[in-house]
Amino acid sequence: MIKTIQKSTWIYIAVAFMLVLLPFFKDERWFLFLMIQVFTFGIFAMSYDLLLGYTGIVSFGHAMFFGLGAYSIGITLNFLESTFMNLFLGILLALVLGGIVAFFAGILTLRLKSHYYAMLTLALASLFLVLAEKWRSVTRGSDGFTFRIPELPGPLQDHRNLVVYMFCLVSMVLIFFGLRRLTESPLGKILVAIRENEGRVESLGFRIMPYKVIISVVSGVVASFAGVLYAISIRFVGTNVFGIDVTLDALLMTIIGGVGTLVGPIIGAGIIEFAHHYLSDLSDVHWIFERWIILFGIVYILAVIFFPAGIVGTLWHKLAKRKHKKQEMKQKTSDKLAS
Amino acid sequence: MESIIETKDLTISFGGHIAVNQVSVSIPRNLFTSVIGPNGAGKTTFFNLLSGQLNPTVGKVFFKGENITKKSTVERTRLGIGRSFQITNVFPNITVLENVRLAIQSREKVRFQMIRHFTYYKKFTEEALNILNTVLLSKRANALAANLSHGEKRKLEIAMLLALDPELLLLDEPTAGMSLEEVPAILEVIENIKKEGNRTIILIEHKMDMVLGLSDQIIVLYNGELLAQGNPEEIMDNETVQTAYIGGESK
Repeated sequence: MIKTIQKSTWIYIAVAFMLVLLPFFKDERWFLFLMIQVFTFGIFAMSYDLLLGYTGIVSFGHAMFFGLGAYSIGITLNFLESTFMNLFLGILLALVLGGIVAFFAGILTLRLKSHYYAMLTLALASLFLVLAEKWRSVTRGSDGFTFRIPELPGPLQDHRNLVVYMFCLVSMVLIFFGLRRLTESPLGKILVAIRENEGRVESLGFRIMPYKVIISVVSGVVASFAGVLYAISIRFVGTNVFGIDVTLDALLMTIIGGVGTLVGPIIGAGIIEFAHHYLSDLSDVHWIFERWIILFGIVYILAVIFFPAGIVGTLWHKLAKRKHKKQEMKQKTSDKLAS
Repeated sequence: MESIIETKDLTISFGGHIAVNQVSVSIPRNLFTSVIGPNGAGKTTFFNLLSGQLNPTVGKVFFKGENITKKSTVERTRLGIGRSFQITNVFPNITVLENVRLAIQSREKVRFQMIRHFTYYKKFTEEALNILNTVLLSKRANALAANLSHGEKRKLEIAMLLALDPELLLLDEPTAGMSLEEVPAILEVIENIKKEGNRTIILIEHKMDMVLGLSDQIIVLYNGELLAQGNPEEIMDNETVQTAYIGGESK
């Protein structure tokens, strides 16, 4: 078991290393920007996977954490001076706010089951959207606002995009390994058990509430951090960060990549961001590509019907089957030898 | 004799239907009690009331002298009441081994450890494998619980119960759905717990030979009411029981 974990860890580290080197081979602005979006949404989708894939909580309002993060950093840097101290303060504010809202959302998961909870989160996210639109003195309403990020020292300032790229990449890698450890901890095992059969978890002597609250807070804080990275990367915050399509993106990325796999959502984020980019480019060929979301709707339906486990999930199933077959063969031959 | 669990006028009604009606029984500590009765007699509902899955409309439950009527399933499990379910109730999409390990984790109170890797707790895995061996399920340790046959799931239920190591075991038809060859192994597991002498077992079972062979005491439920309580001989000689249940069914 430990052997396989080490093997996969090495693969992940190797991929991360390749991603570190990537901008030195391809440093076009649009490409770096696209990759930053992949990392940002990769983090966001991972946080969604914690709820959906590991604990079985369906939320339609995950964008509220993303938006809280984006607005926290944006407002802090807009109203205060653009220094590293304030950048840090903005990030802290985002994480704390995300955590507090997630705490209360987590408590509600206890009272409301599945789709009722999904509806409630949708309403909560809409509430934040309305707040962002109406509280014009702070948020500039639906126009949104740009803000400055602190200047980097010396020659780094000339490679600002590269620095943001590395910062997002390192954040994603660290968060990935952190969350993977969480899901493979004894607590992570209880979360999966809750997803599988809540009633049985209780009859084993575990209270459900603390687990739902804990995972809701972790997920909310991570999602909020993704919002921070998103805002930093585009240096603009608008009400779109609270939109339902942000949540739907996370859902789509998680499902296409593989629910309950953590690495799947990152791959899903990569596929969707790149597809978005290239499909939009094809709009000269045919107008349908401008409406790329229509195509994705179809892909989404097909994925749910034929690929319910997502890319990574399906791969894992296949590998597990092969391993199982090998073990069976081994068992059979040893049984034969014994007889 | 000192009782481990006691009920007083335990009653539950669903709408107009009274599923368990004023049942007052006392279960002696460290003995083997069976609950029998025809289908629909309220046996499983009675178990649900003991383990906290259901709350009574009227009446009380005492565990080791403490009134636990208002306590939740979680609290009752932590006090030492463990149960297996009649309708298999496992975690389908995780492995058999992980199912059992979760029960051990609960018993060992490893509830909020989120930093260490689960493989750090090697003892849990080893113990889970041992328990699976006891219930003849070790070969399926790495299979998903969803892929088990019905009989195998029953064994897993028992394995999870054993892993919890409760003072009071509530077994709801542990051998139902098992093939004839599989029953003796499970029977042996149950007999071994009984032999150890430091556990109280309450068993719901339809197989009368098993009930008579194992029980120190038998409780007969009929239409939700307590029909009789006594040792196997007394129950077998009890005319009301014969006409209402045993005689009625065999005819």
